[in-house]
Amino acid sequence: MLEFVLERGNYWAIIGLMMIGLYIAFAATNLIKRLIGLGLFQTSIILFYTSLARIDGGTAPILFGKDYKKDKGHDDHGEHAADATEHGGQAADAAYGAAKSYGEAGMENVYSNPLPHVLMLTAIVVGVATLAVGLAIIVRIREAYGTVEADEIRAMDLDVAIAEAASEAVESKAGAA
Amino acid sequence: MIDFIASLVPSNLAAHAPALLVVGSMLMAPIAAFMPNGRLAWLTSIVATGFALLMAIVLLSQVRSVEGNAVISYAMGGWMPDAGIEFRIDALNSMVLLLVSTIGFLAAIFSWPSVAAEIREAKRAMFYAAYLVCFTGLTGVASTGDAFNLFVFLEISSIATYVLVALGATRDRRALPAAGNYLLMGTIGASFFVVGVGFLYAATGTLNMAELAIRLQDVPDNKAVFAGYAFIVVGLGIKAAMFPLHQWLPNAYAYSPSFVTMFLAATATKVAIYALVRFLFTVFGLEFAFEGSTLIWILMPMGIAAMVACSFQAVFQTDVRRTLAYSSVAQVGYMLLGISIGTAAGVSAGMFHLVNHALIKGALFMALAGVVLSYQGTTLNDFKGLGRSSPWTMTAFAIGALSLIGVPLTAGFQSKYALVTALFEHGWWWAVAVVMFSSLLAVVYMGRILEAVFFQTASNPNKRRKEAPLIILIPLWVLALANIWVGVQGGFVAGLADDAAASLFIGGAS
Amino acid sequence: MSGELAIALALILPLLICAGIWLVGRIPDLREGVTLVGSGALFFVAIIIARKVGAGEAVELSLGEAVPGLEFAFRAEPLGALFALVASGLWIVNSFYSIGYMRGNRERNQTRFYMCFALALFGAMGVALSANLFTLFVFYEILTLSTYPLVAHKGDANAQRGARIYLMTLLGTSIGFLLVAVIWTGALAGSLDFVPGGLLQQAEGLTPLVSSVLLLLFAFGVGKAALMPFHFWLPNAMVAPTPVSALLHAVAVVKAGVFTILKVAIYIFGEEILNATASREFILGVACFTIVVASLVAMTKDNLKARLAYSTVAQLAYVTCGAMLADPAGFMGGSLQIAAHAVGKITLFMCAGAIYVATGMTNISDMRGLGKRMPLVFIAFFVASLSIIGIPPLAGDWPKYELMQGAADGGMDYVPYVLIISSLLNIAYLLPIPILALMPPPGSGEPAPYKRPGGAPMLTVAAPCFTAFLCFLMFFTVGPVSDFLEPATGERIPSVYMTTGGQP
Repeated sequence: MLEFVLERGNYWAIIGLMMIGLYIAFAATNLIKRLIGLGLFQTSIILFYTSLARIDGGTAPILFGKDYKKDKGHDDHGEHAADATEHGGQAADAAYGAAKSYGEAGMENVYSNPLPHVLMLTAIVVGVATLAVGLAIIVRIREAYGTVEADEIRAMDLDVAIAEAASEAVESKAGAA
Repeated sequence: MIDFIASLVPSNLAAHAPALLVVGSMLMAPIAAFMPNGRLAWLTSIVATGFALLMAIVLLSQVRSVEGNAVISYAMGGWMPDAGIEFRIDALNSMVLLLVSTIGFLAAIFSWPSVAAEIREAKRAMFYAAYLVCFTGLTGVASTGDAFNLFVFLEISSIATYVLVALGATRDRRALPAAGNYLLMGTIGASFFVVGVGFLYAATGTLNMAELAIRLQDVPDNKAVFAGYAFIVVGLGIKAAMFPLHQWLPNAYAYSPSFVTMFLAATATKVAIYALVRFLFTVFGLEFAFEGSTLIWILMPMGIAAMVACSFQAVFQTDVRRTLAYSSVAQVGYMLLGISIGTAAGVSAGMFHLVNHALIKGALFMALAGVVLSYQGTTLNDFKGLGRSSPWTMTAFAIGALSLIGVPLTAGFQSKYALVTALFEHGWWWAVAVVMFSSLLAVVYMGRILEAVFFQTASNPNKRRKEAPLIILIPLWVLALANIWVGVQGGFVAGLADDAAASLFIGGAS
Repeated sequence: MSGELAIALALILPLLICAGIWLVGRIPDLREGVTLVGSGALFFVAIIIARKVGAGEAVELSLGEAVPGLEFAFRAEPLGALFALVASGLWIVNSFYSIGYMRGNRERNQTRFYMCFALALFGAMGVALSANLFTLFVFYEILTLSTYPLVAHKGDANAQRGARIYLMTLLGTSIGFLLVAVIWTGALAGSLDFVPGGLLQQAEGLTPLVSSVLLLLFAFGVGKAALMPFHFWLPNAMVAPTPVSALLHAVAVVKAGVFTILKVAIYIFGEEILNATASREFILGVACFTIVVASLVAMTKDNLKARLAYSTVAQLAYVTCGAMLADPAGFMGGSLQIAAHAVGKITLFMCAGAIYVATGMTNISDMRGLGKRMPLVFIAFFVASLSIIGIPPLAGDWPKYELMQGAADGGMDYVPYVLIISSLLNIAYLLPIPILALMPPPGSGEPAPYKRPGGAPMLTVAAPCFTAFLCFLMFFTVGPVSDFLEPATGERIPSVYMTTGGQP
């Protein structure tokens, strides 16, 4: 049992981060803090992907030695993905068979899987863009409301809504009369 | 007609249609951003979306050129699938693409008066750039065959959407918190999705959706796949405003610029539903362990809850925009219900309603934009007596409203008919009762508006009232007449939906 | 004229009239001319269709499919031809009457009024001639929507409230129940066509429970048939101008409802399955309940149009009752009631309208002695009342006769008593009106003077007199009419009473 838990230490950490981030994103009233929570959440996903890519004893995925001379165009990430999932215990057992049939690259050295890293480059860009837009919106909120606290904003909006409803009622009465 | 238009396109262009459809508008976005004034940016966006529409027509004709519908596989940049990103167009994709690009094109045409009134001149060029980016994202989601790429496109469209929604602040500052909230929910949804994709990748070692479908069959009892499945359904559920994950939607629709509301209501949730369907039926497939129970215990109850709860909420709104926004969530419920039947007929009905609802809400929100333009306000009070002062706008609005209710000879009737037939064939007669009840609620909330429009006198006659400009009326009436056309001669759209459903169930996995 | 052309004309003519009215809306004389010529032409077409049907020719038209499986198709059969004939024929009379009424009352928005009227006739023709449930449903809804502006015509708060109830009830029941029933039928039988002998005979897996539920959905889904508890829209719709009440709420709309019920009973269920359906007797009971209770309510109403409205509710239930008797005599009784009641009730409504135009009176208690000033109106009223009660030699006698025979054939012993009680109640609430007006008790003062100089316009008096005469005429033409209908209702078995010389 303990072994089961410890073997997956990286996943526990990731899930912990993810939940902390999610909690901040929902529980904080300060909008900036919400964005920080969101950033934490997204970062945990990046960790998740990159830890998927790691392979025991694997090195950076830059071909060297005999591998370099082999056909460079050969598509080999399937194998590494399968290796990567060995950490996944039971999950990997089933997956391994699936992936194995996909291709034996026969590399001399062990490399980490490069693909998740590449994907995360994209995800980082997406995350930065989201953060930028989020911050820009918060700046505008601050300009419009004079605060970045969500509950104060909600209270102000509620006041506006009540005032609108009141004037609406007056107007419709005037219309009826 | 479609084949004729497609035949006009040079063949070397047509061969790259899947890429051009998406890339075209993406490249036009920076061009629009650098236009010296808003009007030129507007023309750029018309050209870009018009080109996308042309490409969508080409794709549709290519897909339909083969008996039983072809599947077009396009390797991005010449990198073969699995290593490279594949764009994969089948009957379902081509239908969604045609829908999105048609609406996008009409929206682009109609946008100018509305944008000119609601957005400051300095921002207009950037506004259109954001619009084109959003459009790119939506078409990208609808054409890619790669799970991670789908996430990227989903975020491209979402980030642009946050910007567009926030720009409503010129009219009402409440647009800003709405956009912020949308950003939070949308990002979490997309992140859930990408976590799910990560699990699938861990279990199978591929990101290509068609390849995923094959390899997932070899790992039927993999817990990582189960977890991934849950993450994906929830993530896409948020994007599709599946009840109860719809909380971001009413505010975002109510406070964003009129044009944005119209475009989003007609396309954004539709594309998310497309992605959901794609994952549920193509990637996982009905054999997948959780699929059946998801359909019956998640999609169906949530669909039904949306139909009832949000229709009720729609009844009690005083702002017409919010009424329509809640109604949108309710209508998403219809689509989910159709999908949750899990038969070809059910999914076809869901897809049919997806198209029809885009036509309906497109027309309704366009008319609403006309009202906002000529008359600053969208409360029920403001609508009083509009039937007299702007009959053309309001007649089109009425057609949309009748179609939403599901009155015969309109599009809404046809898809509800298809849905109820599918429900009966599946034996879910109690769900029929819910559908009908929800339709009655639609009668109530739309009837309220129509009555104010046509049978009450204006409560404040001093405010300026006039017909919407021609540039709004033309696309508006195109959509309104499309509603009637589908209602009277719905064979074309119903055929598209049938083909789309068939592509999911027969050979969709291979 | 070929059958296809005839049906196409029957559908296009009302639309053309509508367009014509819109075009010449600014010139009242021309506008009314269009209505009159158009209604005449429509009646002519209806006669041609009826003759073709009588000669056994196929009169069919298909306009293609909306989506696969849902076809816009039309086929005239005896019942529909009769309904088309009644609706278009009475439209002519009503158009004359409308001219007098609308001008006499100086109503606003007359162009919209005539346009919606033409549209309503379009709906009625479509319902009458439809060849499948889908087409029927579509036109049923057109009829509902096109009459909504007519009910709300006055535009004041009261009219709006009435119109809202009208629309909500009719749309609500049709979407909530009728549409479900239609789609369910389609899912069960794989088709929606009206098939002589009953479409549901083709249905697989039709259990008694399913057919019972289906019949209930149909009976209550057709809100226009005004079966209790969905009858309240009819009294509420009385806020409409009288010509609307006369033609639509005595002829076109409500008759479209009961016509639908008859069609469903005959062509969807068919005699055999209907007899095996348990809920049939329940609905029969509801119809009988409606007959008695609506008559009782009518007695309490002092407003003339409200009283007539409840009387209509009761009389409509006769048709439902006939349909639920599920034998040829019952069907025949129901079909004859459509025509006979139409002629009688339109007379009563037109009289009420004439009184209103001339004096502004709506309450029965004010009308004592009014017969001295308006003898023709009240005589017409008297004749029509007798017809509704069912006294020979007036048209209303035949349906009651057939219904009683149908009830006796089917062993529904309580139905004849209900019909007899209904007749007695009819006497109690209808006859006092003309009698007190024509022969006021001594000492009951002079009636109020005319509000409008010159009294009722000539047209509003002539029209009810003409229809009262029709009541009389129809009594004698029932032979050909029932021969005409027989192919649809089925051959009636000779009455036991007849064959055994009155000895059961």
